[in-house]
Parts: sequence; structure tokens; C-alpha cells
Amino acid sequence: MSPPTSTRSTLAEALRGWPPPPLDPAGPHAGAVAALSWALFGMFVAVLLVVVAALLVALFGKPAWRRRLAREKAIWIGGLAFPVVVLTALLVWGLTLTRDLTAAPQPGEMRVRVTGEMWWWRVVYLDGEGRAAILDANELHIPAGTPVTLELEAADVIHSFWIPRLAGKLDMIPGRRNILRIQADSPGVYAGQCAEYCGGPHALMGFVVVAHAPAEFERWRAERLAPPAPPPDAFAARGAQLFETAGCGACHRVRGTGAEGLAGPDLSHVGARRSLGAGILPNNHGALAGWIADSQAIKPGNRMPPYRVLSGEELRALAAWLGSRR
Amino acid sequence: MNSETGFDPALYERFPTREPRPPAELEELKQVWRAPRGWALLTVVNNNYIGLFYVGAAFLFFVLAGVLALLIRAQLALPLNGILPQETYNQVFTMHGTVMMFLFAVPAVEALGVMLLPQMLAARDLPFPRLSAYAFWAYLVGGLCFFASIFFGLAPDGGWFMYPPLTSRAYSPGINADFWLLGIGFIEISAIAGAVEIIVGVLKTRAPGMTLDKLPVFAWAMLVFAAMIVIGFPAVILGTLLLELERALNWPFFDPTRGGDPVLWQHLFWFFGHPEVYIIFLPAAGLMSMIVPTVARTPLVGYRLVVLALLATGFISFGVWSHHMFATGMPPISVSFFSAASMAVSVPAGVQVFSWIATLSAGKVRWTTPALFAIGSIVTFTMGGLTGVMVALVPFDWQAHDTYFIVAHLHYVLIGGMVFPLFAAFYYWAPMTSRRPLSERLGRWVFGLVFTGVHVSFLPMHLTGLMGMPRRVYTYLPGRGWELPNLISTVGAFMIGLGVLLFVVDLIRNFRFTTGDGAGNVYGGGSLEWLPTGLYSARSIPVVRERYPLWERPGLAEDVQEGRYFLPGAATGVRETLITSTLRAEPQYLQRMPGPSAWPVLAAVFTAGFFLLLTVQAYGPGVVSGVLAVACVLRWVWETDRPMREKHVDVGAGIRVPTYATGPASHGWWAMVVLLIVAGMIFLMAGFSYVFLWSRRPDLWIPPPDQLWLAAVVGGYAAAGALAWLAARAARRPVSHVFWAPALATLAVAALACAYAADLGSWWAAGLRPDASGQGATVFAILAWQGVMGAAASLMPGYLIARAVAGLLSPVRTSTVDLSALFIGYLAAQGSLGALLVRLFPGGG
Repeated sequence: MSPPTSTRSTLAEALRGWPPPPLDPAGPHAGAVAALSWALFGMFVAVLLVVVAALLVALFGKPAWRRRLAREKAIWIGGLAFPVVVLTALLVWGLTLTRDLTAAPQPGEMRVRVTGEMWWWRVVYLDGEGRAAILDANELHIPAGTPVTLELEAADVIHSFWIPRLAGKLDMIPGRRNILRIQADSPGVYAGQCAEYCGGPHALMGFVVVAHAPAEFERWRAERLAPPAPPPDAFAARGAQLFETAGCGACHRVRGTGAEGLAGPDLSHVGARRSLGAGILPNNHGALAGWIADSQAIKPGNRMPPYRVLSGEELRALAAWLGSRR
Repeated sequence: MNSETGFDPALYERFPTREPRPPAELEELKQVWRAPRGWALLTVVNNNYIGLFYVGAAFLFFVLAGVLALLIRAQLALPLNGILPQETYNQVFTMHGTVMMFLFAVPAVEALGVMLLPQMLAARDLPFPRLSAYAFWAYLVGGLCFFASIFFGLAPDGGWFMYPPLTSRAYSPGINADFWLLGIGFIEISAIAGAVEIIVGVLKTRAPGMTLDKLPVFAWAMLVFAAMIVIGFPAVILGTLLLELERALNWPFFDPTRGGDPVLWQHLFWFFGHPEVYIIFLPAAGLMSMIVPTVARTPLVGYRLVVLALLATGFISFGVWSHHMFATGMPPISVSFFSAASMAVSVPAGVQVFSWIATLSAGKVRWTTPALFAIGSIVTFTMGGLTGVMVALVPFDWQAHDTYFIVAHLHYVLIGGMVFPLFAAFYYWAPMTSRRPLSERLGRWVFGLVFTGVHVSFLPMHLTGLMGMPRRVYTYLPGRGWELPNLISTVGAFMIGLGVLLFVVDLIRNFRFTTGDGAGNVYGGGSLEWLPTGLYSARSIPVVRERYPLWERPGLAEDVQEGRYFLPGAATGVRETLITSTLRAEPQYLQRMPGPSAWPVLAAVFTAGFFLLLTVQAYGPGVVSGVLAVACVLRWVWETDRPMREKHVDVGAGIRVPTYATGPASHGWWAMVVLLIVAGMIFLMAGFSYVFLWSRRPDLWIPPPDQLWLAAVVGGYAAAGALAWLAARAARRPVSHVFWAPALATLAVAALACAYAADLGSWWAAGLRPDASGQGATVFAILAWQGVMGAAASLMPGYLIARAVAGLLSPVRTSTVDLSALFIGYLAAQGSLGALLVRLFPGGG
């Protein structure tokens, strides 16, 4: 089994496609698949060489070789016996691995419900009784070194959850709940993207997993459960007020305010996220302001209307307040 | 005696005949088979014309879908590129896949079957030439209208697999998705029509003596192809009907909030969709097995193994559909089964690849353009097959699924397995139907460009996919390392485009259509299509004793041309072909064939009009068009099953065969049986849907009506079946009793209607509603299917009475009554089984 080769810690690094994420596993589930993948690449090259060599012999080989290859026996050996042996061996490996990777979650594992929505992800951390404890969106925080159970659901159409460095993908299907277990061996940021075509801006529906060292994770959880802090300054307070008057709360929830909307992503901790717009923009005040002003220019087709009526000043105030929600 | 039908094989020794043929005979044959001229050419039904039109139309759609591919590649050449806006891109990739799969690949191989099979089997034509014409025109008119939707921004945008709920009314409110369902509707009709034609053609119109083990491999492949269409297409026919019912009438087949399930669509779609890949690949493999021996100038090594491989592929391919659904969270046990089957299906492919290699090894290769494409196909297809083995392994598929790795895999398989053999076939068979062969010089360039382009375009995609790029994305972000492989892929795509353009140039410069004086056997093939032919195919139908008759009997072409074999002229003075027995191809009877007619064309146009007008929600004109389509079909069928003067005719060398047959000997019986198998498969799929949705939400199921109703329904259907049987018996009574059969058929249809009313009415009275639950939706879907078929049956009594009045029914010519009775009998059985299923299972409720 190939050990993890790198740990990426910033969003930009996590998004990098090289080395290919499925072959650069960061956890046991993806690791087992990576080992199988290398074996399969070997099989591909070996069999292709055999076929091409046979073809070259057939076309340009010595007459004696060609006579041997021209017999029906060649078909029995090359076309039947050879593939059956290779395929059976691979199949046994594949099926064993399939069984291991679909093992049921252990009792007491941390559970998170991730729901695919058009075109973002609702993230709900569940407590021991299965009740919603922390609400968030587009980013998942997990402790490194322990398996986490994800309950995958869909709110509208079919989506597919895929963090290639941690595990293979699993569909999110309306009316069903699929269980995926992931584990990151070390702290880092791991990116993924919706893999099932879900219409419109499916191309821009990313997701981020942040793995923390266990102690740091506990600190993170305590922060999320603590009562929210008031706006840090007057400018941010103005932003909070604007949030209310502009009607943002119709779609968005912000913990500790009157905003209880559930149609869009929960913004209680939006300032802490590494990305905006579901994994597509690095998160900062400028990006926040730009997104609010005209998200349609950034992610065409998403469900949020543009707010060009707001002045630059107002946008900055909103961004300052949202950015402070960490 | 070594015979299937009582025919004495010693009679074959009379051929080739010695005595000279009457000089006027050939002229009469030409006269009988002459094609209409001018505008009347639209009414042509001969396979030389329809086959070529068909191939041409399929190639047109290949080019159109190819242009869409170039747009896709242009957009993806750079990150955040703005060539195609998101909505347009989503329509373009959906149309690319849909058009390539449904309007190019399936029709293209079917078209080659229509064009080549009669000549290969030395039949005068396929057994139902008007059906071919109908299928072609419906496909062309419907396909073009469907394609035009992209110019109005009305093209579907849900992907070629159209997964609900994305394609349900809630998330696709426009008529775009309906256009998809419409486009598929046409191809379903023409594919089924083609399958009927090909099954009956291969089983019943082979040259005498062409036993199944002498059948050209292409004909075997087409037989398996047609059988797979008959088994596989019903699933997608039902799927499209259900999706349209959900969209139009709000029946919740795929809506989980009311007991539907989106995964039901995936099962129906892929039960068709994966065999579909082999539906495309097998005929192309058949082409390879024809071309490779000619290229190597030696018989195919391992003929029997190759035929077994074709049959095995057809069989196993129905056990692999769920490998498209490994990521849906299926239970590990079923995942394992489908994984194993998906690995197994690669074995017969390996057998064929090694058979081609062995054949190349046995002979001496001539480096012609068909040879280049054939060898290019072996390499490319092998690579696609190997990545196929990789994704058949579930854990690897969980990573590769829905990424560009799959895009690479499927293009290697389809281009290597189908497009390259098709180009080989274009070059190989062009001289059969063109005065000049295509250019060998240009052909090499075409191959060089397309082959290089394919690998430049698709090899990097394996990597792009592993780097995390999902399929069906209209753009991607910079900084992920996807820029370079995407740019390379785009360059490769345009190389392919250039190659295809060069091929079009070659066609324009060298292709000159002809039916009589083709350039001939320039590559030196050994099968019967290389006999000298006219519109009537070979002048006389040879006795076949070997797999490569032209190689083994050098004088055969001349003997055939001089009329020294079966049917050297028009024995009855009209179009006709020899019907032979299924296994050993012994002459059974002479089939009269229809000539040019406007009715199939009009029927096709009105069929297209019906679907199109419904799609654009012009319901009134749509219904009118539908009625006209039915009227045209009836008018066309009216001319069939006509008496002929002679009861027996001499088909050469004093061998006399009847001019009419009924029951399993007749071609009409076979066609009806194939059609009823299609109907039965649709019914079976509806039954599956019912059980599947029950397994998801049994809590929503209500108890069935009182079981006395079940007794009434089954009793009514049993009466209908018995009456239909009596009608068929009555048809054999003397002419004075000619109205007995229509009268009994009328009673049978009345019994069908009563049973149906009892079935429908009792469910309604029990409170079941189609839009309320999965149970309501599926029960009423099964009833709707029975109702649609019943509506067709209800036309039969009137038709039979009209035939009787017109003096077209007689105790010897009973086919019309027989086939009507068969249809009604089938409906009685289907109705009973449907009622038993939904009223007894799961029972009580």
C-alpha cells in the first residue's frame, strides 16, 4: 500500500491536480484504492504490450512465428485463458476490497449529514442522539486519524460526493441516505467537487474537507458551540443591520440573529470558511462583497440574485460583518 | 434424410443449370425492380437506395454531433473560457452524446445491415422493404427536427442519460427534456422496425444451402444485434414513456416524496444503456470479421469461436447494466455480481481480437485503407477494453466514475470498436455501390489524421480524470493543473475534425452512386455481396456450400450472372424473394415483395408530425397527424397479403415451391412474434417497475379491489383469447363462411374491452389514483400500456370486415386473420398477467 505522499494545507494547494489526488491518498480508504489502481495500470500496460506484440508478429514477424500465431490455439490461449486468469485474480482483489470499504460504521463514530443542493452543500454535524448540533455549508471539519461517518442525502436532484484523496465517490440521491466513511491520516485541507451532473453550474460546485489534529478539532468544536460574538466594530455592526434590512435572512441563517432562512447556505461561520461560492473563490472581504453584488457573474445560474442596488460602502460593511462570523 | 423441411438437398446438384435462359428474362427482372425516377424516388423502397440514404443520414448526424464535440473542446481548451455560455454548453454536451448514440451509432450499423445484408445473403431485398423505408423516413425527419432544437435553445440539457429528478418537470420545466424524449421516440421506432427486418431477413431469406455455420459473421453479428434490440430497447421505451407520463400528467414514478424513486430510471435506462454499447459494437465487430480476412486474403481463423463470442457478449451484456450505478450505494452483494459480469464480458471481446490477429498472421496483409483502419481499431479498442476492465473493479470505479477517465474510456471503446471499423467499411464497401472506389491516397491521410487525433485527444483525458476533473462541466478553474491536458485534447479533437473533413472531400471527389456498374470487388472479398448485382441483388440466387463462395468457386460470379441458379428471373412477374428455412436455409416458398409506395413515407412524416406537434404542445394538430399516420399505415398494410395467380412456381431447375405460407413458415408470422416479444419486454419492465417501487415504499400501497374483480378480469381475457383462437380456426372454413372470422374477432375485441373496463374501473373505485403514489403510477402505467395496445387491436375487426367485403380473405390466405388473432391472444395473456401481478402481489396490502 502506498503511504500518503503529501499533505496540503492551503486551499490553493488542496485544489492542485498534481499529483493526481486518487493516487496521492491521505487516508486508508483512498490508500487501498490507490494500491489497486497501480496494479491496474500495470495490468493495462502489460496486456497492451502483449496484444501489440502479437499484432506486430502477425504483421511483420518471421513465418514460423506467424504460423504459430495463426492457429486457433492462439485464440484459446490469448483470447480466453490469459484474460480469464488475469481477470479472476483482479476480481478477487476488487471484491475483497469492496467488502472492506463498505464495512458498517462503528458505534460512536462522529456523524455528519451532508446534503447536496443545487449547487452547494448543506453540512449538519449530528450529536450522539442524531440531532443537529452545528449547521454549516460547503466545508467539513473532521479530526485526523479517526473515521467519520457521512450521511449523504440530496435535497433536489442527484449529486455525488467525492473527495478523491480521502475516498471514492458516492451519490446523493433524493429519497435515499447513503453512508460514506472517510478518514484523513493527518491534518490538512482536501478538496473535492460534485461528480454527478446536476444541471446549471454543476461545474462550479466544489467542497472542502479540513482535517485537524484531535486537540485542535476539539477546540474548533467548542468554538462552534459557544455563543456567537457581537460585531467587532461599528462598521461590522452596520453590516449586520444591512443584512437584516436587505432581507438576507429570508434565505440564510446566521446563528444568534433573527436570520433563520434555510434555502441558502448557513452563514453563521462563513468568515471561517476557506472558500466562497462552494469551493470556487478564496474567501476574503473583497470576494465576499463581489459575491453579494453579483454572484451571477461569478457562478452563473446559482440561486442567489444579484444585489447591485447596494453601494460599495454597504457591500464592504456586509463583508466586514460576515467576515467576522468565524 | 439430412433435411429440415423435407426438401431434398440432392436437388442442389441440378445447379448450375446448363440450358440457356430466355433472353427476355433479365430485361423483365430489371423492369420489375426498376426504381422510380424524379420526385417519385422518395417512394423508393429498395434496399440499395434506402440502405444508402440510411448510411448517409447516419453519417450526417455523425458530422453534426462531431461539430458539437469541437464546440465542447473549444470551450474546454482554456479554463473559464467564454465561447459557450453555461446553458448552451449543457445543451451541446447533451446533444453530442444523444445524437452520437441514438442518431448516429445505432442507425449507422442498422443502415449497413439494410444495405449489405440482402446482397450478403443473396436475397432480392430485405423481407419488409416498406418497413425499412418507414423506419428510415421516421428517423430522418424526426432526427433532423430533434437536432434543430439546438438552434432555438430548446435542446435537452440533462445529459444523454437524462437522470430524473433533474429532468422532471420541477427542475426542467421547459420543453427541452420533451425534445429528448421525442428524439428517442423516433429512434426506438426505427430500431425496433430494423430489428424485425434484420431478424426475419437473416433467418428466412438466406441463399439456399447457407446453413447457420456458413452465415457471414456480419450476418451473425446483426442477428445478435437485432435480438439485443428486441430485449434491450423495451426498457428505454418504457423509461421514456414513464418519464413523459411523469412530466405531462404528474405520475410520480421517480418522485421519492410520493413513493417513486429516481434510481428506477437508472435501472431502466442502463438495462438498455449498457447492452446499447454492445448493440453498437457487435455489428462493427462483424464488419471487422468480414474485412480482416479480405485484407489478409485468408479465411477467418476461429469462425466458430467468434460466433460464440458474439452470442456470449449478447448474453452477458444484459448482466452488466448496474456497473453504471456502482456509486449509487447499491448493496455489496449485487455490486459484486455486476462487477464479475462486467469483467466477464471482456473475455469474448478478447477472443475476437485474437481471432483477428490470428487471421492477419495466417495471411499476407495488403496495406489498403480498410487494413489501416482495421488494425487501428484493434489497438484502440484493446486500450478501451483494458480501461473497461479497470472500471469494472468497483473500488477503482468509485474514483474514476463520472470523471474524464470515463470519457476517455468510452471514446476509446466506441471509436476503436465502432468508428474505425465503420470507416474501414466505408472504404471497403464503397466500390460495391459507387462507380469509383474511394481514394487510397486520401484514405491514408484520413486514417493518419483520425487515428493520431483520437489518441492525442483521448489519451490525456485518462490523466485529466485522475487529476479530478468531473465529466459534463462547462468550465473549470485555473490552478488545478488541468489546463495542459485539456489543451492537448482540444488539438487532437481538431485533428479528428480535419480527418473527417478530408473524408468528405474524398466522398465528393470519388463517390458516384450506382446500383448496377459499381467499381466491383477491388479488395478481393469472398462473400456473396461481391457478386455482380443490380437493384434485384444477384441475378440468380446461388446455392451456398462454403463460407467464402467467391474464393472457392471462381466461376460462381459468371454462373450467377447468367442465371444458372435459383430464381433467374421474376418467376411470377412481380418483386419476389426466396424464403428459406431457419437452420439449413432450404427453399420453402416464394415471397411476393411490395414495390415503391408513398404510404410508408407519408406514415413516417405523420408519425414524426404527431410526436413533434405533441412536443410543442399543439395537441389538436398532433392528434390529427397521429390519426393520419394510422390511416397511412392501414392503407399500406391493405396492399399486403394479396392472392397470387400461381399456387406453385418453378424457381429454377424445375424446383417448384408454393407462393404462400402461413404460420411459423411465413415471414409475417416471424415479424409478428418479434413485435410481440418487444411488447412483452415492455410489459415485463413495467412489472419490474411496479415491484421495484413497492420494495421502496410498501407503506404507501393500498389494498387491491375485491378478488372477485380479478376473477372477472381474468375470465374476460380468457374469453377473448378463446374467441381469437376460434377466429383463426374459422378463417380456414370455406369462402361461404368468410364473415365468421371477422365476427369472432369482433367478439374477441369486445371481450378484451370488457375485461379492461373491469380492471380499470375496479381500481378507480378502490380509490387508486395515478398521481397519488408509486403504486397508482405503476398500476395505471401497466393499464395504459394494455390500453394503447388494445386501441391497436380495436382497429382489427373493422379491417378484417373490410378485407372480407373486398374479397381479400380466403381459406388459404389466412395470414391477416392469423396475425390479428395472435395479437389479440397476446393481449389477453398480457392483460391477465398484469391483473394477477398487481392484485395478488404484494396482496392484501
